This record gives sequence, structure tokens and C-alpha cells, in this order.
Amino acid sequence: MSILVGKDTRLLIQGITGREGAFHTQQMIEYGTNIVGGVTPGKGGEWVHGVPVFDTVKEAVEVTEANTTIIYVPARFAADAIMEAADSGIKLIVCISEGLPVLDMIRVQSFLARTDTRLIGPNCPGLITPGEAKVGIMPGHIHKPGNVGLVSRSGTLTYEVVQALTDKGIGQSTAVGIGGDPIIGSTFIDILQLFEGDPLTDQVVLIGEIGGTDEQRAAQFIAEKMSKPVTVFIAGRTAPPGKRMGHAGAIIEGGEGTAEEKTKAFEAVGVKVARQPAEVADLVAKLM
Amino acid sequence: MKLHEYQSKRIFAANGIPIPNGEVATSAVEARDIARKLGGPVVIKSQVLVGGRGKAGGIKLAKDPAEAERLADQILGMEIKGLTVDKVLVDEAANIKNEIYLGIVIDRALQKPVIIASAEGGIEIEEVARTNPKAIKRLPIDPLFGLMDYHARNLAYDLGLRRDLVGQFITILKGLYRVFMNSDASLAEINPLIITGDERLVAVDGKIVLDDNALFRHPDLAELRDSQEESESERRARLAGLSFVKLDGEIGCMVNGAGLAMATMDIVKFYGGEPANFLDIGGGAKSDKVAAALRIILSDPAVKSILFNIFGGITRCDEVARGILEALKEVPTQVPMVARLVGTNEEEGHQILAEANFPSAASLSEAAKKAVELAKGA
Repeated sequence: MSILVGKDTRLLIQGITGREGAFHTQQMIEYGTNIVGGVTPGKGGEWVHGVPVFDTVKEAVEVTEANTTIIYVPARFAADAIMEAADSGIKLIVCISEGLPVLDMIRVQSFLARTDTRLIGPNCPGLITPGEAKVGIMPGHIHKPGNVGLVSRSGTLTYEVVQALTDKGIGQSTAVGIGGDPIIGSTFIDILQLFEGDPLTDQVVLIGEIGGTDEQRAAQFIAEKMSKPVTVFIAGRTAPPGKRMGHAGAIIEGGEGTAEEKTKAFEAVGVKVARQPAEVADLVAKLM
Repeated sequence: MKLHEYQSKRIFAANGIPIPNGEVATSAVEARDIARKLGGPVVIKSQVLVGGRGKAGGIKLAKDPAEAERLADQILGMEIKGLTVDKVLVDEAANIKNEIYLGIVIDRALQKPVIIASAEGGIEIEEVARTNPKAIKRLPIDPLFGLMDYHARNLAYDLGLRRDLVGQFITILKGLYRVFMNSDASLAEINPLIITGDERLVAVDGKIVLDDNALFRHPDLAELRDSQEESESERRARLAGLSFVKLDGEIGCMVNGAGLAMATMDIVKFYGGEPANFLDIGGGAKSDKVAAALRIILSDPAVKSILFNIFGGITRCDEVARGILEALKEVPTQVPMVARLVGTNEEEGHQILAEANFPSAASLSEAAKKAVELAKGA
């Protein structure tokens, strides 16, 4: 296992009987992820793709000893699902659901700060340690085991970069999608810190986008705390200010969070910023 | 979703925040009648969802009902930053001694609501941030415990308020915090909060921006949406579940995923083109959604070529290919197109497009180059 997920992962699926939940359960099983149970209130006792369903996370954890959960429930129920999982002793929560109210996430983060549970997402593709475990919705086959860690705010853009790496024969240790919302469970810095301490990761790719100042803070962290090289791509160079570009987080507010500002922050600390997704693979290859 | 000044102030008043007496008018005669009822001088304020109304001539002081009628007639129908004024707020003119700024937003880094206050009210807070950042007080609030009286009291003294105004200030700030939390706002702002000549605090102007993701639990607020806030194509996109932003270029883009959509726009620009839009069809889009997206892109007469960039994960390339062909049957067009489909079911997708002689590209850069050439040739 590289970071967060791997052979030791015992995964629970919250919202397993829903359309998305059931489909991705099958996809993750095919990839080889160890799925031990599912939760849908009111559907306990059923089975989905050979996985037992429970009414509550508490019961599922007691029976299956799950240590990780992935959440597919509709956005309006997601905050409740996250807090239920944390309260049941789950240590890693991955929330795929998209469209959570910001104030729900504010409450979730205050709640989680009082626990030792880590949240990835919401509104994210999840994470994958190639060849070991896929806890998310990404196409598994484009990945290849290796030593490059990825952390990204975007889903399909990450696939684009992963494909470019794999095409060049460069494998990945773990690829983590942290999500495109303004308030998220784990930030770039949280994941960079894990990669820095991971013996199976030699270098890191960071994929950012416009909006907020998380990338600028990541640049500072790389300069001060990281020994491993990092390569960056930032999406949204041509985005006009004040408009929300799909991701709730991708809005440039009052001169804060342009692609140019972020690029400068990285270049100022000696981090290379690719101009196109495909160029990321070239820069990574040079660092090997 | 943005609320108008008059809507915001009504919500403030319902939460114990004093506002000036006033009413909304949609005609000059109505404005005159409201002014007569209020007595004394009034302010005629255009109700459009943009900043800079005053500078644009959309806010005027009238000393009597006759002048109110004349000015309302000027302002109604006026265009401000592309929006037509169809309502004015007629407010009692205030006797302003001092102006304060008071707002609440979410601090993304702290992941908490933060109260922002400044003794320099009446101008945009961004302007104060540039010219005199020290004048801005910031107070993060733990959402699990909420705003306490002492928070508000400390802030009142920090702003240099006279002791006899502190009680009023606490009531107002607690009301504003309640508005912010109870309506799932991303911004609740009073600017200016004035101190009147007779030592009262009054919210003369205000603004509320709501979190679209939380509107499901506020059906009453969702009804307040002004159709002018979004363009016709943006409205159609929202109803179809697409994320769409109209831009000024000539190359239409259809992409799955927000980050990839932005990166696609960037590459179009890199090769010398200008994107006509941002369009994310989302994850798992079926052919009907693709068709809706294509119709929206084609409704823009400036579009000279269209680029499809799909990296299938949940989204299946064959579904997208079928959607493109279906839409073209319904909306025949001469606009040239190029598609780049990879990921889930890409072979089936390519085959569907090849059978229809639809041009495709192997990589994103190749597709972008092609789209730019097609636009220039058209």
C-alpha cells in the first residue's frame, strides 16, 4: 500500500443500493478492491453484487470490521452519512456525492476536527492505489503501479494526466482526487504531507485550478517541508473572473485565485508548471 | 443566487435589523405615491443584480413626490451593465452621520463563517481591502457554538462605536448572523450600516447571495430568483443539469468534468482560438443530455466550430457519440465539428462516429488544433 488505500482497505459502501452505488460497487470489485459491506437505511439484510447490506454504519462496522467507507448518497443526505461514519469509528471517509450545501460542510469539518477521521471530498472522484485498491469512480484500466503520487481538485482532468503518464510507461503510487468544492475534507497540503512520508512515492504531481488560495499555500508547503520534487498543472487560465466554472470552488473572487497567481506562486519556489496536461508527463519523466 | 436589495432588506427587517421605511415601485406614478405616503425626501434606487448602481446613475435623491416621479421615470427602463431596470425601491432618505460596513462570508481556509467589519462603510469592501487593509476587522465564528454577545460587543468597541450604540449593534449583528445561517447564504452584507443624526443604527443597503446547493431546503427563497440573473442559454443549461458559461469566442466546447473543461478552453486559446463557452456535461451524461448541450452551443451564432472532449469514466463514449448524432438529426447545421473520445467504451464510440463520417482526433492537442483551423476556415 502506498497512501490511504491498498490491500489493507476494508471498504464499506454507503448508498450501495442506489444506481451509482451499485454500479461502482461492481466496478470496484472487478478492480480487486476488498469490499466488506454496504449501508442503506431500511435495506438491511439485502445483498448487492454479493455484498451484505446493513441498516446502519455502526452495525456494518461491528460485523465487517470495515476501516474505510465511500459515500454515494444524494447530496442532501451526505453530511449525515459522513458524520454517521465518523461516529462509528471509520478512519477514512471518501465522499463522491456532488452538490453539498456549504454550511453542511462547515458543520462536518467542525465535527471531524474533534475526531481522528480523515475525509476525502466531497464532489471528488475518490482515490486509487493502482494494482491494489480503487476507492472511487475513475476508470481503473488507465492506471499503472509505480512511484508517482497524484493529488488533484479535478476528476477527468486527472484521468487525462494519468493516461499521459501511463502512455509514457510511468506508473503511479496513489492518485487522490480531493474534490472541487470550496470546503473539502483533505487539502493539497494534507495529501502532500502523506506523499512526502511515503517510501513508495518518489515524486508528486499536483493538479490545481482557479479559485481560492489552496494552491498558493501548497506552494509554500512544498518550499518549506518537501524534499520530493513536485510538478504542477493549473486549469482555468482563460476563465473570466466572477463566473463559476462548474466546480463550486472554481470562481475567481476579487483577484484572488487566478491561474496566473497560482502559477507564479509555484514558479517562485522552483516548482515546474506544465502548460498542457500532456506536458506533465514530459516534466515528470525528466525528474526520474 | 443573488437577492435584490429590497428582498435582502425585507429579510433583514424580519430578523430585527432596522431598515428605512420604503416600498418597491414598477412605475413612476407608483413611486410618486410611495414618496407622498413616506413624506419628506426619498431615495429612488434601481433594483438590478449588479454593483456600481450609484455610479451608473441608478440611485437618485428626490426632495418631493413630483421629483420622485420624474426621477423614477428616468431610472425605470434604464440599462445598467446590460440589465434593464424594471423595479425601483423608494426609501425614506436617511440622515447619515457615519457609515459602517458589516458582512458575513465563508472563509475557505479557516472553513468557518467570518464576520467582516469596517468603520469605513459606504464603499466596496474590496476597495477598503486595497487601500486600507488595517481598517478591516475579521472575526471567525465556530459554527457549532455560533455568535456570542461578547463577539459582537468586542467588535462594536473595535469599530469605535459610542457606548450607547453597542446594544443596537449586538442586535443587528446577531440578526445578520441568523440570516446568514438560516438562509444558507454565502454572503450577507449591510453596506452601509449608518449611524443617523439622532444616534440610531439603520441598514441602508444590503445584499444576500444564497448557496444554490442549499436552495432545496428554502423553496420560499428559491422563488425570489430574478430571471435576468442568467442568460436564456444559461437558464436552459441549468434546467438540463448542465454547467454552462457563455464566453465571447468562436469555438464551442463540450467536455465532461469542470477541470477538464477549463483545461480544454486553455488549450483552444493556446492554439490561437477563443472558446465560445465553458460547458461541463457532468458525469454519466446520457445521449439526451449531450443533445441538449449541443443545441445550446449551436444557438450561439458566433460559434464557428465545435470541439468535443470526452474522457470516459462514468460517462460512456458510445452514449456521447449517439447523443451527438441524434442532436444533429434534430438540429441540422453547417458548423464543422471534431470529437476526441477516450476512456470507457471508446472503441464503440469511434465506430459510431466513423460510420457517420464524423471527424475525430486522437489526442486533445490534435483536436484543439483541428477545431481552431476549422473555425478560421469557416
